[in-house]
Amino acid sequence: MVPTSYYVALSAILFTLGVAGVLTRRNAIIIFMSVELMLNSANLVFVAFARQFMELSGQVFVFFVMTVAAAEVAVGLALIVAIFRTKKSINVDEVNQLKG
Amino acid sequence: MTLTPDLVLFFLLAAIAVGSALGMLFSRSAVHSALFLVLNFAVGSVFFILLGAPFIAMVQVTVYAGAIMVLFLFVIMLLGAELLRQPSAALPWQRPLAFVLGLLFLGVVAAYVFLGWGGATPEPFATADSARNFGGPLDIGKVLFSRYLLPFELTSLLLLVGMIGAVVLVREEKKTPEPKPQTPK
Repeated sequence: MVPTSYYVALSAILFTLGVAGVLTRRNAIIIFMSVELMLNSANLVFVAFARQFMELSGQVFVFFVMTVAAAEVAVGLALIVAIFRTKKSINVDEVNQLKG
Repeated sequence: MTLTPDLVLFFLLAAIAVGSALGMLFSRSAVHSALFLVLNFAVGSVFFILLGAPFIAMVQVTVYAGAIMVLFLFVIMLLGAELLRQPSAALPWQRPLAFVLGLLFLGVVAAYVFLGWGGATPEPFATADSARNFGGPLDIGKVLFSRYLLPFELTSLLLLVGMIGAVVLVREEKKTPEPKPQTPK
């Protein structure tokens, strides 16, 4: 069996790449995809610990995380479409109307 | 540490997962990014199968790699945003800072996992029967509909709100006629 810590380390790497994507990319769609990557890496840790402790609650929680992700994507992409309609761009640097 | 087939498979899949995540991060085209992310989710579902979660693995493929990524691709094509412009230098210090902070986060997690916790290896399944049943739809359903019934019902509310939100946000603005200015006659 592969030690659980390996899965935690892999998940941390994927999470960090997701954070880097959110912080460095300026395209709103890519930022959303990076958020999905972070959610998915969290799911990996949940399932790894569910296996470690033989406890199904972890897997059920992954189920809930996927539901939240689906709802988030639906609303988020609708927001992006709405922003694109008014600004003709999805570059987050150009969405700064509220800047003081 | 001996290199068992388990570990070889893990490192192979981990390399694909990290590689596809990097590909998503550095792709010029948003479509390529989305397809790299689909690959990443597929590899993730293989990990789930290795970890004794076949039901979650199937949900991952159908919901994540299937539905959610199709929605992403649909929006990318709808907006015609597949060609990305060069990032503007609005915050030039943000990129190196993100790099440094990311490495710092990784270091903290690695220090905790490998020094503080030390790690543990899950026990192999006792019987072939338990290996077959753990994480299957039957087991998941039993837990989901008994201990987590209220959260399960609440997710239906969440999905309803998401649905209404999406419809309201992308609805065409009704061209209401401007109210006539109340000018005194």
